[in-house]
Amino acid sequence: MKINNNGSQKSLLRFTTAGSVDDGKSTLIGRLLYDSKSIFEDQMEHLEQSSRRLGKEETDLSLLTDGLRAEREQGITIDVAYRYFATPERKFIIADTPGHIQYTRNMVTGASTADLAVILIDARKGVLEQTIRHSFIASLLGIRHIVFCINKMDLVDFSEPVFKDIRNDLARVADKLEIEDPHYIPISAKKGDNVVEPSGNMEWYKGKTFLRFIETVEIKKSRNGVSPRFPVQTVIRPQSSEHHDYRGYAGRVAGGTFRPGDEIVVLPSMLRSSIKSINVYEKYVNEASSGDSVTITLGDQIEAGRGSLFVPPGNMPVNSHEINIMACWFNEIPLRPNGRYIVRNYSCEANCIIKSVNYKMDINTLEKDFTDSSLTMNDIAHITLTTSKPLFFDPYKENHITGSLILVDETTSETVAAGMIT
Amino acid sequence: MNINNEHLKELENEAIFVMREVAAQFERKVILFSGGKDSIVLVHLAKKAFWPARIPFSLLHIDTGHNFEETLEFRDNLASELGVELLVRYVQDSINKGRVTEEQGVNASRNKAQSVTLLDAIEELKIDVAIGGGRRDEEKARAKERFFSHRNEFGQWDPKNQRPELWNIFNGRKNMGEHFRVFPISNWTELDVWQYIMSESIILPSLYYTHKRKIFRRNDVFLAWAPFMKLKPTEEVFETAVRCRTIGDITCTGVTLSGAQTLEEIVSEIAATRVTERGGRYDDKRSEAAMEDRKREGYF
Repeated sequence: MKINNNGSQKSLLRFTTAGSVDDGKSTLIGRLLYDSKSIFEDQMEHLEQSSRRLGKEETDLSLLTDGLRAEREQGITIDVAYRYFATPERKFIIADTPGHIQYTRNMVTGASTADLAVILIDARKGVLEQTIRHSFIASLLGIRHIVFCINKMDLVDFSEPVFKDIRNDLARVADKLEIEDPHYIPISAKKGDNVVEPSGNMEWYKGKTFLRFIETVEIKKSRNGVSPRFPVQTVIRPQSSEHHDYRGYAGRVAGGTFRPGDEIVVLPSMLRSSIKSINVYEKYVNEASSGDSVTITLGDQIEAGRGSLFVPPGNMPVNSHEINIMACWFNEIPLRPNGRYIVRNYSCEANCIIKSVNYKMDINTLEKDFTDSSLTMNDIAHITLTTSKPLFFDPYKENHITGSLILVDETTSETVAAGMIT
Repeated sequence: MNINNEHLKELENEAIFVMREVAAQFERKVILFSGGKDSIVLVHLAKKAFWPARIPFSLLHIDTGHNFEETLEFRDNLASELGVELLVRYVQDSINKGRVTEEQGVNASRNKAQSVTLLDAIEELKIDVAIGGGRRDEEKARAKERFFSHRNEFGQWDPKNQRPELWNIFNGRKNMGEHFRVFPISNWTELDVWQYIMSESIILPSLYYTHKRKIFRRNDVFLAWAPFMKLKPTEEVFETAVRCRTIGDITCTGVTLSGAQTLEEIVSEIAATRVTERGGRYDDKRSEAAMEDRKREGYF
């Protein structure tokens, strides 16, 4: 494999991996990094030394990702680690997360920014509770592409019937969870079969290798939907003689496309105006699309600032002071029934009260429990919030930015929950 | 935009978004400026994020006194060109006041002492956010770092109890006396930084390009020689063509034997290298968790 060089057009794919201690996740990541020459000589030397010191027979590639002292001592991944590698086609960001149920919140965090999720299945064991859990979290966070890697094929004699059985079981899970684009690849991370190079042991498999797949999968850039949305982060007012009257609204387009001349409505004031100019630094541009950080000026002097949302007049978001979310609880302190929290939805902040816990998910079985309304760390539940002022938002399915929110504890200032608006 | 690389454009969009969140959520804001390429890229991104207004951040340099002279000149010129406030706090002052004890011996470094000077500066200047050029690909403890990294009232980092960071929602709320470190280029790799410098034609100190310098070898690392440095009997100073891959305190910044004269040549060199950037940093060679320990204490 060649190392990326300068100048070429290269796209960026963010993916997340969830796995438990023995399913070969670290081996798979280690192999990708190693084969793409993203592990350097001094790192390798260091890994070999550490592995020896810990009394391991082989160089343990998981030590590369488990960076904290506690993780190395306990031999487990605790927090999300971000890893980087590149091939001539693409640059990849891996959010490597622990797979154990007590780290559900870390999996949710890693999945929140991912375009694709990799879920490992041990070919000897097939679909387990944790497979359901990892698939559920990926679907909950709206990840479109899910790659199920049926690993350790070498331990089942590279058997096609074993692969097919597991694939059929997984297809039922994917169907139930409404996963848009599931894929199934038989691999052996340890031996390298179908990871980077096609396997000589599984000629019955005609699909792409794992690396080829993630290099070529289409990244749906419009995952923030087609409805134009522009949340204002901050107002730029130079107050210099050269730009005396300049008043620019800085933000990152959260959906659709904006062009100079477009009519817009400024929320929450509902005032109408039109886009006068769009700037990227000194340059005046003809359009700004989802993901672009730009500065917009308007044709009228109107009231707008941090927390404002620019939208087209014919395509308004939902406006309500009652919000239903699927929430993942992140904090050691449990949810306080009827408690007060701060809610952050893009750059917009309000106070809120937990009106009700509607049901709790058993994420191992996908059963809904309508009787238990307690919410502790790592729990996922459907809840209703009442906000101090009406908010403007979209369902998470339509827009990951205007459709997501966090809850912040007023006293500790910590982020206690993440929510996807239903 | 003259960036033809889709992934660089996305990284730039992300970094500018983070910079603007900092501007909106904090009051006394500084960029930790070392004169190294990462902090120069931060300043460039800030310029782009807030045009046509002035950068809403001051530059804070924690000066160990062991500098490459070129970086000081570069720093002063950049600050006056941008019209921003330049704050300099000296490790020597912390030593004089007895806040830290200077390390002795041949491996003596002021690298660790910088944390004390930095935390004192944060308290003195009532800084509530310090923007740094740290990247997750640099080091394994950094791979666990957040964009918005909370520091308690003692300036300490608690890696096991970090705030969750989902989507692009950054929670900068804090209590009195606490502060944040923010890392807008968390997701950039060393190669991304160099490709960006090339595509944006960012001016760097001449130290990054190959030049003749007096150096010596210590534990497989080539170190730049300076008059105040103590040598072991076996170490010999010689002059050769080198360039800096990172720039920090002169006592612990390794230099690379190189012939790269242009950005194109540097990008090719970085793309082909088999050793990490921090492999040349003497400060990381001290122990397995050297970086984690320094970060816990308040390091950059």
